[in-house]
Amino acid sequence: MNTILIRRLASSLVTMIAASFIIFMLVEASPGNVARKTLGPFASEEQVLLLYERLHLNDPVLVRYGRWLGVLVGLQADPLQDPDLGLGFEDPRGDRYFGNFGYSSMMNMPVADIIWERLGNSLKLAALAFATIVPLAILIGTYAGLRANKPADRAVTIVTTMLASIPEFASAVILASVFVVWLGWLPGTSPLQTAGGWPIYLQYILPVTVLALYVTAYVTRFVRTSVMEVMQTPYVRTAVLKGLKPRQVVARHVMRNAMMAPFTIILLQINWLISGVVVTEVVFAYPGIGRMLLEAAMFGDIALIEATSLITVAIAISTQLVGDVGYVLLNPRIRLS
Amino acid sequence: MAAEATPLLRIEDLEIRYRGADREVLAVNDVSLELGAGECMALIGESGCGKSTVAMSVMRYLGENGRIAQGRILFRGQDLGTMTEADLRALRRGGIAMVYQDASSALNPTMKIGRQLAEVLETHEHAEAGSIAPRVLEMLRKVGIPDPEGTMGRYPHQLSGGQQQRIVIAMAFLAEPALLILDEPTTALDVTVEAQIIELLARMREEHGTAMLFISHNLGLVRRVCERVSVMYAGQIVERGATATILGAPQHPYTQGLVSCIPRLDRGRADYRLNSIPGQVPRLSSAPRRCTFMDRCHHAVPGECDTRIDIGPARSSVDVRCARWKDLGKDAGPEAPAREPEMPRHRRDCVLSVENMCKTYELRSPFDLFGKRSRQVRAGESISIALSPGETLGIVGESGCGKSTLARVIMGLEAPSSGRVVVLGDDVTGKQVEQRSREQVRNVQMVFQNPDSTLNPLHTVGFILDRAVKLLGGVRDRDGRRREVERLLDLVRLPAEVMRMRAGRLSGGQKQRVAVARAFAGRPALVVADEPTSALDTSVKTAILELLLSVQKQTGTALVFISHDLAVVRYIADRVCVMYLGHVLETGGVEEVFEPPFHPYTQALLDAVPSVDQDIAAPHRPLEGEATSWTPQSRGCPFSARCESSIEGLCDIQSPPNLETGENHLICCHLPVSALGQGAFA
Repeated sequence: MNTILIRRLASSLVTMIAASFIIFMLVEASPGNVARKTLGPFASEEQVLLLYERLHLNDPVLVRYGRWLGVLVGLQADPLQDPDLGLGFEDPRGDRYFGNFGYSSMMNMPVADIIWERLGNSLKLAALAFATIVPLAILIGTYAGLRANKPADRAVTIVTTMLASIPEFASAVILASVFVVWLGWLPGTSPLQTAGGWPIYLQYILPVTVLALYVTAYVTRFVRTSVMEVMQTPYVRTAVLKGLKPRQVVARHVMRNAMMAPFTIILLQINWLISGVVVTEVVFAYPGIGRMLLEAAMFGDIALIEATSLITVAIAISTQLVGDVGYVLLNPRIRLS
Repeated sequence: MAAEATPLLRIEDLEIRYRGADREVLAVNDVSLELGAGECMALIGESGCGKSTVAMSVMRYLGENGRIAQGRILFRGQDLGTMTEADLRALRRGGIAMVYQDASSALNPTMKIGRQLAEVLETHEHAEAGSIAPRVLEMLRKVGIPDPEGTMGRYPHQLSGGQQQRIVIAMAFLAEPALLILDEPTTALDVTVEAQIIELLARMREEHGTAMLFISHNLGLVRRVCERVSVMYAGQIVERGATATILGAPQHPYTQGLVSCIPRLDRGRADYRLNSIPGQVPRLSSAPRRCTFMDRCHHAVPGECDTRIDIGPARSSVDVRCARWKDLGKDAGPEAPAREPEMPRHRRDCVLSVENMCKTYELRSPFDLFGKRSRQVRAGESISIALSPGETLGIVGESGCGKSTLARVIMGLEAPSSGRVVVLGDDVTGKQVEQRSREQVRNVQMVFQNPDSTLNPLHTVGFILDRAVKLLGGVRDRDGRRREVERLLDLVRLPAEVMRMRAGRLSGGQKQRVAVARAFAGRPALVVADEPTSALDTSVKTAILELLLSVQKQTGTALVFISHDLAVVRYIADRVCVMYLGHVLETGGVEEVFEPPFHPYTQALLDAVPSVDQDIAAPHRPLEGEATSWTPQSRGCPFSARCESSIEGLCDIQSPPNLETGENHLICCHLPVSALGQGAFA
């Protein structure tokens, strides 16, 4: 077990480094001048050239990538923060610290000041949604899977198919028009500020519901199929013919085996819930990381794009790691082969 | 047995129907039987005759679509049909237990063995917590599990197939059932392991006094285990009575057919001929008004057989469902086509030659970073074989003996670690199938064990064969291809209409015929058949064997026939190679290998096969243990660990010499020739 863990950790680290290189290549070594992107469209050609020189943008890509990594882990000073440049990029933490993602030209503050707060907001939203989705999906999916092709199962299938095919923006608008416009029970936007007069917890309800509806429907269908398949296996027949009660058969013999396949899919939802829910965040003006990435990309804020992408990749790799280890724990055939 | 006493199990006029996609299927009808306490009865017949359905109905587990349409099943006089769910659970906990065909799938893969066994006792209300573990351990010891304490903490996949079946048997006997239902309990196992399991079942039965309902299509096994037998055909019992009487002198033409299509271990191909039963088991949707076997029976007479026929007493203690059983003796038997004389073999060319082939697998745990636990396993050790045109080489041995590895190396699916493979004079050693020339690929073809997974079920037979003809036969023009496909279908005796059918809709036997046709499409010089009949029913198996023999005679193709069924190999092969843990222990002509002197391993294999003529009381000592793996560190004779005649200080240290006991007959053993072949079989 320990060797599996060490091995997986090592490969995660390698993946992370490879991903960071790809992100760096895409953002900084892609066509277009980093100096120009940093200074914006209104800077003069002279200023751009000066910055180009100062940043040593003529160096080979690998050297620049090394420097960039150095800044990120705090081994090197961020050249953009050099007061001689006159860019006015100031960071109270200094120019050399671990997790120095640079300076956001869009927000005019250090990336580190923005990103952790946004990430925290996204995590809160994802955690609430996840806590709703997983129990619901397992419950409804198992209920339907145990009654495969009976009326209850058909009903579940129809409802989940419908819910999974309604896009988030549509369900968001429908829910908002009912609960915000018509009934007036909930706020229409969720900026997580109390200035609008709505308490924070009410601001979570609509975004969480929109996400939960969509993902629960999707995951339920996987759980249902998996439970249905396990119910038809010879070992479940063995359990029934042992004289176990139906509840014992399901709890002891069906659940663990039936959770193996949906487990991976459930974990994949975490990635999406944290960093992929751009639409929901935009509709409800929720200050999460997905919306920020979109804004940063449209503005051309290099440092913010890099930071957000890196964090997103890190989250994906961690859930992958959790998924692999969890799967091994669930399935003794892998653990002990 | 006292006639007044309530029998343990009594089935009355049972009729079972399954709801199909478009109509109801009559799976079982007019079945009545009685089983007394401690008795053992066999249900035999081809697949689809309703054996398992009867068994499952006794467990009252017919699934969503099945229902008992008529009749009653009484267990200790209690009607199963009127039982509540709670009664049923109580019955399954202590009255009736079951042993399944495929033990590996009958055990929960994610639950430890000890837990799965303990569960049986936990459901008993009076089992105290402290007494469960000792009872499970005791039962594991009883069923011959080598390390009971350790096994409790293992998962099913960590045990061998034979041990998994022992666990399932332990699970069944823990419930102390009065009736045990066994559904083909040894079909998935090697002969030697089968013999061990049968021995175990006989012992358990004696100790516990359990009655058994034994489903099998292995008549030799039935002969060894059961006192009485019921033959099922198309959902009905067509003959029943004492096992020895029924298998020795069957009255019903169907039973006669079943008995005459069993390959014999004690006779060579020249001495007898196998007869397969033509046609297929019909699917009924309503109770038959005529003999269901009529269409396949050569004794059938219109007017006599097309009325409703009831089962009735024939000879002493034998019941038969046949209108003409009295007259059968007067009919001439089926016209057996005269066997063409065996052609003399010309030994001049060599189709296949394998020289000193070795194959070593590197076993490495996928999560092992530093290769600490990596070890080598040898699947082939200096194997040499040669094959002439038209010759059949049978390769036998338990699973894990390297049979399939040899096939894969010949086919170019794997590269040998050392040695040479020469096909038609071309050295193809280490040439993977993709690197071989079209000609080389065409010349070596394969027939696989399971036709269900080798043919794409959505393709039509015509398409499958057409492509084979194009790619292997090199026939380009459309008409030529069509003629060639028709020739192939004719070769495997399938009607031309089959061409338009999708492979998924064919029966198992038809699929295997298509697979044979596909392999022969390019007129290959060599066909490797890896267990081509072991997934098939007895009568279909016979038909495929006859087919392979006749196709081979017409085409002159050399055949490598891999099987663990010794009787089948004796019937089809010209030469035989007995393998154990990657070593060839004995090789020679088929008559020489199957007659003494034997290698001790060959003898153990032969002893393990139950014969239809053998009495239940025949002395029998099954080979103990299971084949472990052969690593480069192992020394001496690979079989020495399980060999009864092993000489300490010789067999386990020194590699045995090849004893030449006849022309081309080699036995690899330390014992003197005079000492070989004095066992029960000799």
